[in-house]
Amino acid sequence: MQFGIFTVGDVTTDPVTGRTPTEHERIKAMVAIARKTEEVGLDVFATGEHHNPPFVPSSPTTMLGYLAARTDKLILSTSTTLITTNDPVKIAEDFAMLQHLADGRVDLMLGRGNMGPVYPWFGQDIRKGIELAIENYHLLHRLWREDVVDWQGEFRTPLQGFTSTPRPLDGVPPFVWHGSIRSPQIAEQAAFYGDGFFANHIFWPTEHFVRLVGHYRQRFAHYGHGTPEQAIVGLGGQVFMRANSQDAVREFRPYFDNAPVYGHGPSLEEFTEQTPLTVGSPQQVIDKTLTFREHFGDYQRQLFLMDHAGLPLKTVLEQLDLLGGAVVPVLRRELDALRPASVPDGPTHEALVAAALADRGTELEGITR
Amino acid sequence: MTPRTIAVVSAGLSQPSSSRLLADQLAAGTARDLPTGTRIVTIELRDLAHDIVNNLLTGFPSPALRRAIEQVVSADSLIAVTPLYSGSYNGLFKSFFDVLDPDALAGKPTAIAATGGTARHSLALEHAIRPLFTYLRAATVPTAVFAATEDWGSAGSSGEALTARIERAGAELAAVINQRQPAAQADPYASATPFDQLLRTR
Repeated sequence: MQFGIFTVGDVTTDPVTGRTPTEHERIKAMVAIARKTEEVGLDVFATGEHHNPPFVPSSPTTMLGYLAARTDKLILSTSTTLITTNDPVKIAEDFAMLQHLADGRVDLMLGRGNMGPVYPWFGQDIRKGIELAIENYHLLHRLWREDVVDWQGEFRTPLQGFTSTPRPLDGVPPFVWHGSIRSPQIAEQAAFYGDGFFANHIFWPTEHFVRLVGHYRQRFAHYGHGTPEQAIVGLGGQVFMRANSQDAVREFRPYFDNAPVYGHGPSLEEFTEQTPLTVGSPQQVIDKTLTFREHFGDYQRQLFLMDHAGLPLKTVLEQLDLLGGAVVPVLRRELDALRPASVPDGPTHEALVAAALADRGTELEGITR
Repeated sequence: MTPRTIAVVSAGLSQPSSSRLLADQLAAGTARDLPTGTRIVTIELRDLAHDIVNNLLTGFPSPALRRAIEQVVSADSLIAVTPLYSGSYNGLFKSFFDVLDPDALAGKPTAIAATGGTARHSLALEHAIRPLFTYLRAATVPTAVFAATEDWGSAGSSGEALTARIERAGAELAAVINQRQPAAQADPYASATPFDQLLRTR
């Protein structure tokens, strides 16, 4: 089981102090949060990608490349990489380069992006979002697996005899997650390729995502990648903790009430009842997170949103201390013990290389026989 | 014959409200021409006002609002009634239909009605409310019912005319419902396109 942090990278005024960080401060804070993520024993740091204010992370592989040099064990990932508006050739190149620099500690989560104007800024049309995601990923998938690609599609210049360099490390492409909050087609896409499916279920009620993940698991098996239980599932989570749960509620409430996504809407109490948000003690976070497995089955990756809504860096780092000290060790122990041996652990480069070697071994056996 | 369901949505804000009164009469006028056992489900948007705003902000409905939406979407027909504010539907009425999926009412037999102080704004039904349901591709019946304050009190021609309009709209709606098979819900997962098919069109 892998645990980590995912960040949107928003620059938001702290509603308590009224102070707005500069872009520079925010970028440096994201880096500090990522390093802390490794320090407290978590496995993954994932950054969003955005191309409009108030968000800073427009260039994820630049940030992750820097982090590759500043960390030793952390898996560097995204939440999400825009498969619609980025050129799939550039994604293939950027992430293969990052994969080499990070010695394999890289995967990525693909998403469509829901901000209309971003599409035309990059020469695309949001109404073609699904089609773009399907065509672009199909090309990306080939670029990482075929040394020379001839290709023609609807959305980009054709390729004749194109080789994407560098080739993936050890001949094994970075693991890919497909993120979606409402589209069965994306769950279908993840299942078709045998890739991971990430349900960022933090802003919506659980039952909606239970169906989406259930569909992915069933189709994963349909396409011959294993049993439904063996499909690779990641989930979001959102928590704010203090040793005493009343302190957590009191401190987090102004950030909740003014948060960019749900602020000025439902009360904190309504939202914690209706979504996975947990505001309380570490034990409450453990209890709530363990319910995710009951809803979605054994899963491989749990990412937490920690640094949004203008929370100061100091507070976020304290949250990470609590998460790494009091919460994740318990969750890791419990969830790893519950997961049957037939269900894979979270994807790593080493595991993918071993699986590729095993496949090759099977092929060779077939030939000698 | 399978019993049918009429979902009645009233956006009246006062309690008791004349929009609700009109909605109830229109529902009764419709049910009269339908087989016995017709179910009438009435949704007062006033009770869901906070939940509707929260849905606009968060993108998901509270459990109570979700139940109301499911009742409307799964019904065989819809009766939608709003008080007129500033020459159009009130904000609550519009907000409720804004949080439905764009296709949720496609093809649904629908009757529209409105209340107002005077008959001066009765054409708001035709220039504001009917276009909303046209956008949503509901099958709106030709007669829209407007009730002004004076319609409720007059025993003479105006009151009788209101009753006649209610009966006519109800009969039109019932006739459409009777022509149809009971409403069936599409399952987005059951009808999901296999991926190789999605890919083949690339």
